[in-house]
Amino acid sequence: MTKKTLQLEPLSCPSCMAKIEGMLKKTKGVSHAEVLFNSSRLKVEFDEAVTDVATLTNNIGNLGYEVLGER
Amino acid sequence: MHEKVRSMLRINNNMRIITASIAVVISFILYKILAYHAVTIVMMIITILLSALPAVRKAVGALRYRIIGIDLLVTVAVIGAVVIGEYWEAAAVSYLFLLGGFLEIRTLEKTRASIKTLLNLAPISARVQRDGQSIIVSPEEVRIEELVIVKQGERIAVDGTVIDGSASVDEATITGESLPVEKSFGMSVYSGTVVSSGYIVIKTERIGKDTTFSRILNLVEEAQDSKAKTQKFMEKFASFYTPIILALAVIVGLISQDIRLALTFLVISCPGALVISVPVSIVAGIGNGAHHGVLIKGGEVMEKIGTLKAIAFDKTGTLTEGTPSVVGIKTFGYEEHDLLVIAAAGESLSEHPLAQAIVEEASKRNIVFDKKVSDMDFAMGKGIAFTIDDERYWIGNQAFVSHQQIDTDVLKAYINEEESKGRTVVIVAVKNGVIGAISLADTIRDTTKNTISLLKAAGIRHIAMLTGDNKQAAETIAALAGIDEVRYSMLPDDKVKAIRQIRETYKTVAMVGDGVNDAPSLASADLGFAIGAARSDVAMETADVVLLGDSLTALPFAIHLGKATVRNMKQNIIFALLVVTLLLAGVLFHVVDLSIGMLVHELSVLLVVFNAMRLLRFKTPKIKV
Repeated sequence: MTKKTLQLEPLSCPSCMAKIEGMLKKTKGVSHAEVLFNSSRLKVEFDEAVTDVATLTNNIGNLGYEVLGER
Repeated sequence: MHEKVRSMLRINNNMRIITASIAVVISFILYKILAYHAVTIVMMIITILLSALPAVRKAVGALRYRIIGIDLLVTVAVIGAVVIGEYWEAAAVSYLFLLGGFLEIRTLEKTRASIKTLLNLAPISARVQRDGQSIIVSPEEVRIEELVIVKQGERIAVDGTVIDGSASVDEATITGESLPVEKSFGMSVYSGTVVSSGYIVIKTERIGKDTTFSRILNLVEEAQDSKAKTQKFMEKFASFYTPIILALAVIVGLISQDIRLALTFLVISCPGALVISVPVSIVAGIGNGAHHGVLIKGGEVMEKIGTLKAIAFDKTGTLTEGTPSVVGIKTFGYEEHDLLVIAAAGESLSEHPLAQAIVEEASKRNIVFDKKVSDMDFAMGKGIAFTIDDERYWIGNQAFVSHQQIDTDVLKAYINEEESKGRTVVIVAVKNGVIGAISLADTIRDTTKNTISLLKAAGIRHIAMLTGDNKQAAETIAALAGIDEVRYSMLPDDKVKAIRQIRETYKTVAMVGDGVNDAPSLASADLGFAIGAARSDVAMETADVVLLGDSLTALPFAIHLGKATVRNMKQNIIFALLVVTLLLAGVLFHVVDLSIGMLVHELSVLLVVFNAMRLLRFKTPKIKV
């Protein structure tokens, strides 16, 4: 299990949180995902054998949100 | 080919807002002049395409993961409106959604800016002495023990001790206090503070993430997203509200065959104002506090401050200067000098304020106390035992020494006399008996009395003082400070019990301490306030509210700010609930249509954010005491 914190673009709508969390929870290998609204960050826990940051970044991008980097 | 179309469609946000705004205005004018003429419809379709594209893109993205978000609902509403020929409604809804989102980002950035500006105060470079020359490196590259030179106007990049030069340093980033502090040899300086005049050479002790400044930033960043109970409730509420409204849309649509009505339900089904009502207030409140040296650790802490009725204070270091000094020494068969050598050697291993005062006294008298101390035992809040040159020593209060079967009768009169003056007597003993006594006293801070009055004015009904000190010392300070209830001769455990008792009467109790030896009571109170916490890692970790500066005056501010934030949150919640109810009723009674629904939705979100922004300028109300 790896824990990562990703910096997202500034989130404005609260429903983005639910969307990003919902998508990640359905992603294989992800065991925990929490979007922090005020700091626009994502705390995610995943199995490195199954998925990686690049895949998650890409998936979040598909939802229409940009990942600015890793913290 | 696909990529090319994509990049053509990708115009920058500002451009999109501008062109969509022009398009919507032209659409409206055409609509008024020509009604639904072919030209009007074409213009409206252009408006819709321009405005709705980001939402459509997000909706499609979300659908791939089978997630229904507000973008999808708006997209469906817009397509539906176009299908039934309501072009103007479709254009208005998509434009308002775009504009609303744009303004929300801008205004939310303002509420978050307060915390962002803190981040910008992080040092970016350091001048170090390396290999005989001074070079500029990034703060993370400085090595421990390395010498860092800071000149006038520069930001200190490491935590460390001044070993040369002197300067006046603006420590507002660490303490919230704007008056510069004079720093010279042997004094601690902190990363993130600014040398306003002078020149110092610092021996590096902590760098990067370990510095006090970094830890403060970390706390603030964690705090802004630590959820309030009401926030969790609102999120729960929204998670039920949305599916219910969607079901309602389908049912109403099927029964009444009124597609417009069903589409309107879609637009109002995501209660944006409701969900952000709490977090926007909290981020603004925390941001304001952080700029005044007050770190409030999240929403739940804010809520507790809102109901605070009683405060218990630690005495030493909180209500008083916290640096007791030796005011008298009595010896039995020992020279004062020799007694101090032993006492200081043992106490130099303790962090207790009385211990430090004894060490200080020895230093002041230029006494060398480099004896080898072994078999050190600490009895928290009572005393210490240790061995020097095969002789066992006990230093502590009367109970502690008596407990070792050592007769303290010879000191009876002395202790009585000293304690009646509010002084504390520390006994020094060996197995055969008492060899001396050191009496110490502490003075009240000059801000204490005023702070207590301000707290009472802020609605705190009960103020208690919990101290390990004796009755006289406690009552002397309590009388000067204006304390309601005094409890003395307390051990850390007793303080925890006392807090429970006070809680029975007043429900929410805060404990205020300096975090040195009151960590258990800080943790057991509903709210732990640590004062002067920039110096202590433990205090910063344990406390719920961290007062970085050494001044008590930040306490009434913290409580006012907490209460103001809770008020703000409540206003937002009530407003958002009201909007949701009115919208729902409005839609059911055909008063609210698609575009009005969207307008009210977006406006309510903005109003909630604007209301929260008032907290950024919050100052302690002026109260006459």
